[in-house]
Amino acid sequence: MFKSKDLLGIKDLTPKEINFILDTASGFKDVLARDIKKVPPLRGKTVVNLFFEPSTRTRTSFTLAGKRLSADVVNFSVNTSSVVKGETLKDTALTIQSLGADFIVIRHASSGVPHFLSKILNISIINAGDGANEHPTQALLDLFTIRSHKKKINGLTVAIIGDIAHSRVAKSNIYGLTKLGAKVRVICPPTLMPAGIDKLGVDVFHSIEQGIKNADVIMTLRLQLERQVKGFLPSLEEYFKLYGLTAERLKLARDNAIVMHPGPMNRGVEIDSEVADGPQSVILEQVTNGIAVRMAVLYILAGVRR
Amino acid sequence: MKTLIKNGRVIDPSLNIDGYKEILIEGSKIKSLHPKNKGPKSDRVIDASGCIVIPGLVDMHTHLREPGFEYKETIKTGTLSALKGGFTSVCCMPNTNPINDSITVTEYIIEKALKEGACTVYPIGAITKGQNGEALTELEALIKAGCIAFSDDGKPVINSLIMRRALEYSKIFDVPVISHCEDLKLSEGGVMNEGFVSTILGLKGIPKAAEEVMVARDLALCELTGGRLHIAHVSTEGSVKLIKEAKARGVNVTSETCPHYFCLTDESLKSYNTNLKVNPPLRTEKDVKAIKQGLKDGTIDIIATDHAPHHFDDKNKEFDTAVFGISGLETAFALGLQLVEQGVLNLKQLITKMSITPAKIMRIKKGTLAVNADADIAIIDLNKKFVVDSSKFLSKGKNTPFDGFHLKGTVEKTISVGKIHEWT
Repeated sequence: MFKSKDLLGIKDLTPKEINFILDTASGFKDVLARDIKKVPPLRGKTVVNLFFEPSTRTRTSFTLAGKRLSADVVNFSVNTSSVVKGETLKDTALTIQSLGADFIVIRHASSGVPHFLSKILNISIINAGDGANEHPTQALLDLFTIRSHKKKINGLTVAIIGDIAHSRVAKSNIYGLTKLGAKVRVICPPTLMPAGIDKLGVDVFHSIEQGIKNADVIMTLRLQLERQVKGFLPSLEEYFKLYGLTAERLKLARDNAIVMHPGPMNRGVEIDSEVADGPQSVILEQVTNGIAVRMAVLYILAGVRR
Repeated sequence: MKTLIKNGRVIDPSLNIDGYKEILIEGSKIKSLHPKNKGPKSDRVIDASGCIVIPGLVDMHTHLREPGFEYKETIKTGTLSALKGGFTSVCCMPNTNPINDSITVTEYIIEKALKEGACTVYPIGAITKGQNGEALTELEALIKAGCIAFSDDGKPVINSLIMRRALEYSKIFDVPVISHCEDLKLSEGGVMNEGFVSTILGLKGIPKAAEEVMVARDLALCELTGGRLHIAHVSTEGSVKLIKEAKARGVNVTSETCPHYFCLTDESLKSYNTNLKVNPPLRTEKDVKAIKQGLKDGTIDIIATDHAPHHFDDKNKEFDTAVFGISGLETAFALGLQLVEQGVLNLKQLITKMSITPAKIMRIKKGTLAVNADADIAIIDLNKKFVVDSSKFLSKGKNTPFDGFHLKGTVEKTISVGKIHEWT
């Protein structure tokens, strides 16, 4: 089924491959519900988390996913490593490979870093977020969550609200959702809309009211607070006024619409607490599903023949 | 010592020659031109059968990296690379370390070039001290030391008033001011062309407007002052349009583009290949078309290389932190020949844009086979095919996006001030 040793992005996956990962994740979700949450398939394998950007949930999620599969998991902390002494990314990665890792889970602020590593290393590379490019496991866990609520992805209308230009989560979700047949709308101020995004087959909105109308799924994205400093927005208050997801606005979506957020949230900036903690929110479920999906990714890649 | 070049098709746009002629070289000079089989006796004969014999090419935009960045390139390796590419004159940009903004640096470059250089080197001085964009350099002293033009290349002169002063003051000496057009606020953090491809790759884009607003500004300042403006590395359709309109109004402007801007688009970046990272960035198909049209109708006067050699380590890394630049001297002419193949330019026009026109802009006595000119000659087999192999470059910079490209047109011999170099 899977030919690549790496998971670099959703862009390069076929719908069949995406569904295969989601189906595999279903099995692991059952494992997570058990009293003993551990299975043996990755025994003797080593997963190294190499995170060059701060992260709580993704790194912890990969750590737990690896441990649940009985792998040895090492968290490589950039702040206390030779990177501080000026070691290049290339040398750091080659060192980790020589230490015997089977997987590198990489997060980096520069787009294309996982692709660079996949060219210079033989071991599996999993992209845990690269710049504004992709965050494939986040999209997979989002797809998994949507599928578990809506039974299928095909035909759904999904509204993504937020900083599309800088969001790897938005990009990976756009690829995944459109590949599986959903209609995707992106909603944000023009200053945060990337060039030519409509060519990816999405509908572009600058009005949240129009954008979320009759949506089945609403995904809000984290607005990085530095965007205001960089002049993309006059103020966070104005952003909330124009694009914040409130209970009032949520009524415009379908009655059974679900609300998602990849975290970490800025309450009162992109989402109102009433919605974040409300009955339509599946935000915490996303977190749980993340472990199952990452177990599936590790499990599948471990089985790819070299 | 007399050398006779025989059996080649001599093409020299400066003399309006295209035909089978014989060229007699005596010492460092061209002694005489003769009809086929009518050349006099000589000590040595070069058989140029099957080849064109043209004036040595002139590159207006080269980075030789010395002093300061000898690990990237030296005057020795850069000039050898030039010769291999058919160039016999290179104009080197001042963004060395220290910057060429003082006669000490200019004299160092000239001396080093005389001692170790394989071809003729013409330094370009900085417009402003330290390329800081704040205060003009001492143009008179720099010209006396050997600078033939001024540029803060690599950086724009952000302060419009200083740019105005540069264009005004340089009129005393009738030297070109070469502008690297980039609005640094618009391009800040960008690593490739802004557009659909940058969105797909998640890389920060540099909009075309970052170049065009500065082209528009400099054209306005050129019109205001009557100085001699030369716009470096034109990459966008909008810039071509602006320059075309300005030329129609009679503005005193010349412009250049580089082979990568008519051969490649941002589509090719999809593999995150850092050898495609260059500033200004590779644009779109529409821009490539406009650049070709600009070359054809004369809006773009010349083809330069913007030869920017880099060390392997500076390219073999994250795309965001990899350096900008392409090592261009050894592929430029063969890439230019593609324009001939495509019918954009004829051979004479291509040679004009790579020899006599840049020589005229720089006011140097090069780019011609005229009697008593320096014996600077390139002998090129137009039909010989080759595969670009950067590991064989004489330049230290192996950073080319054209590695593995199948091209046609090999430089067989280059003669620089009478000295003969054979490549095959």
